[in-house]
Amino acid sequence: MGRSFEILDVSLRDGSHAMQHSFTVEQVRATARGLDDAGVSYFEVSHGDGLGGSSLQYGLSKVDELKLIEAAAEECQNAKVSVLLIPGIGIKEDLQEAVKAGAKMVRVATHVTEADVAAQHIALGRELGLKTVGFLMMAHMAPVEKVVEQAKLFESYGAEIVYVTDSAGYMLPQDVTARIAALKQSIGCEIGFHAHNNLSMAMANTIAAVEAGATYIDGSLRALGAGSGNTQTEVMAAVLERLGYNTGIDLYKIMDVANEVVAPFMQRPQEITGSSLIMGYSGVYSSFLLHTQAAAQKFGVDERDILVELGRLKAVGGQEDLIYDVAQQLALAKV
Amino acid sequence: MKKCKVGIIGSGNIGTDLMYKIERSEHLQMSVMVGIDPESDGLKRAADRGYTAIANGIDGLMEQLDLVDIVFDATSAYAHKKHSDLLTAAGKKVIDLTPAAIGPFTVPPVNLTEHFDKNNLNMVTCGGQATIPMVKAISRVVEVEYAEIVATVASLSAGPGTRANIDEFTRTTAKAIEVVGGAQKGKAIIILNPAEPPIIMRDTVHALVAEEGKEEEIIVSVDEMVNEVQQYVPGYRLRGIPQFDGRKVSIFLEVEGAGDYFPPYSGNLDIMTAAAAKVANELAKQLITASV
Repeated sequence: MGRSFEILDVSLRDGSHAMQHSFTVEQVRATARGLDDAGVSYFEVSHGDGLGGSSLQYGLSKVDELKLIEAAAEECQNAKVSVLLIPGIGIKEDLQEAVKAGAKMVRVATHVTEADVAAQHIALGRELGLKTVGFLMMAHMAPVEKVVEQAKLFESYGAEIVYVTDSAGYMLPQDVTARIAALKQSIGCEIGFHAHNNLSMAMANTIAAVEAGATYIDGSLRALGAGSGNTQTEVMAAVLERLGYNTGIDLYKIMDVANEVVAPFMQRPQEITGSSLIMGYSGVYSSFLLHTQAAAQKFGVDERDILVELGRLKAVGGQEDLIYDVAQQLALAKV
Repeated sequence: MKKCKVGIIGSGNIGTDLMYKIERSEHLQMSVMVGIDPESDGLKRAADRGYTAIANGIDGLMEQLDLVDIVFDATSAYAHKKHSDLLTAAGKKVIDLTPAAIGPFTVPPVNLTEHFDKNNLNMVTCGGQATIPMVKAISRVVEVEYAEIVATVASLSAGPGTRANIDEFTRTTAKAIEVVGGAQKGKAIIILNPAEPPIIMRDTVHALVAEEGKEEEIIVSVDEMVNEVQQYVPGYRLRGIPQFDGRKVSIFLEVEGAGDYFPPYSGNLDIMTAAAAKVANELAKQLITASV
């Protein structure tokens, strides 16, 4: 049976948030080797906030991401390394450097309503011969028609795949089905889906995406990603096989890299905590989790109050500074 | 009293907002608005207010050069070089509001008159105008090894020029954080937020300083600098007090605009045009004095 979709592993990019951007070359090499050996076609390596994300705002990378990309690429026999680029954070030169280090795919990410800032980066991806993806973040915040409109923009700039990205882990399966099905009807390029597990919906949402026609789906080993993490790659491989799909992935091998390579270096288990639940419930960007905990501690306020206020303010991805601002205002209001 | 005649190239958001600020400037006389779309709102408004409206771009302006002494360019980084070359060759002073950065950077409370001998002055970016005074407020107290700024603006206030120029924005702002702000290394991040009602421009400055223990002096310096910016952008405000974490200093700001062309949430447009008008007004004052 032919392959219905590609599983793309984001442990080494989305997992950067959970690791507070402290991946080492050794960790990346071992994970990359395991992913390649298990049959994963694409996996992503970058700072959690994409190329150029190393910053005081999001957290400084312990090791330069270009070194990590290069190390990962060296371990690949068949798999290809993807990088994330968020315009406004990373620039075209960062992508050119990443390609020199071995990247073969770029995912250019914007907030779900702001695709038009990505035109020059998507064009560059194509020019450099990369598999080029448009990545619509916080896709729960826009109605279906808006998602379609923005996906069409990405396609018009040259994207080969457009992703619906549930950055807050807010969506329920019917939200995913509605968005993927609408894209399937209106655009010619392939469709991807990226989940977060803040409401324990990641696997169910991934099934909904595949059934509605998504051909690229993201996962992370042991759910190592922002918030409560992503769809767990090794679980996804098992579930989709049970559903009768050919995943192209060796189940035992992907389980081994998850449990023997990734689990030992994880800083904490990827549980659904009170904070990540509130993120999913109120639609807050998953990478705010650890920053919110730090701000709550610094200013002596309840992290849930910060998250609810961020949801009310309709914060978008990248606004980590707003967390500290909100925490300070909450602390002042308490006095 | 004699005034300098002003032309604005670019009848979009920035150019139109700038027109209203020129009208309030002591030494400037609004004269010409240049666009490329005869139907543009900016050109119509300029014509309604009795100014010359030129709808065929720089070519049209080059035929009526006697109408201008100082020309603002509010088009795009890509178009600016041609405009600047033509105008400076004709002896005009050019103030660049695109991130092209051909001329030296000018941020009023830091280096208002420093480059008045040059024919092209660059106004950095909106994020740069909002944050570089704060970087300078720190670097005049203690050495800044690294400074990074995050500008969050309402989606509605970011026009097609800003969107197409997003890499130029981050690159130019980062450079000016170093050159004007005095940081050894600079970085800039811009975020567009589509929330309704639109959010007021927010800016955050994070800096790594060479030594701890200067907290009180930094707070005083920051307050003084905020007062300076408020002279031309009254809605420029600190949110809370500067935060210190070891060698890291974080300053949170919001910028509410004067509401000239765009509503007050567009502090990003306002601080750019207010800064440019302030520079031009000061330049005009010097030119007028010199010619007397």
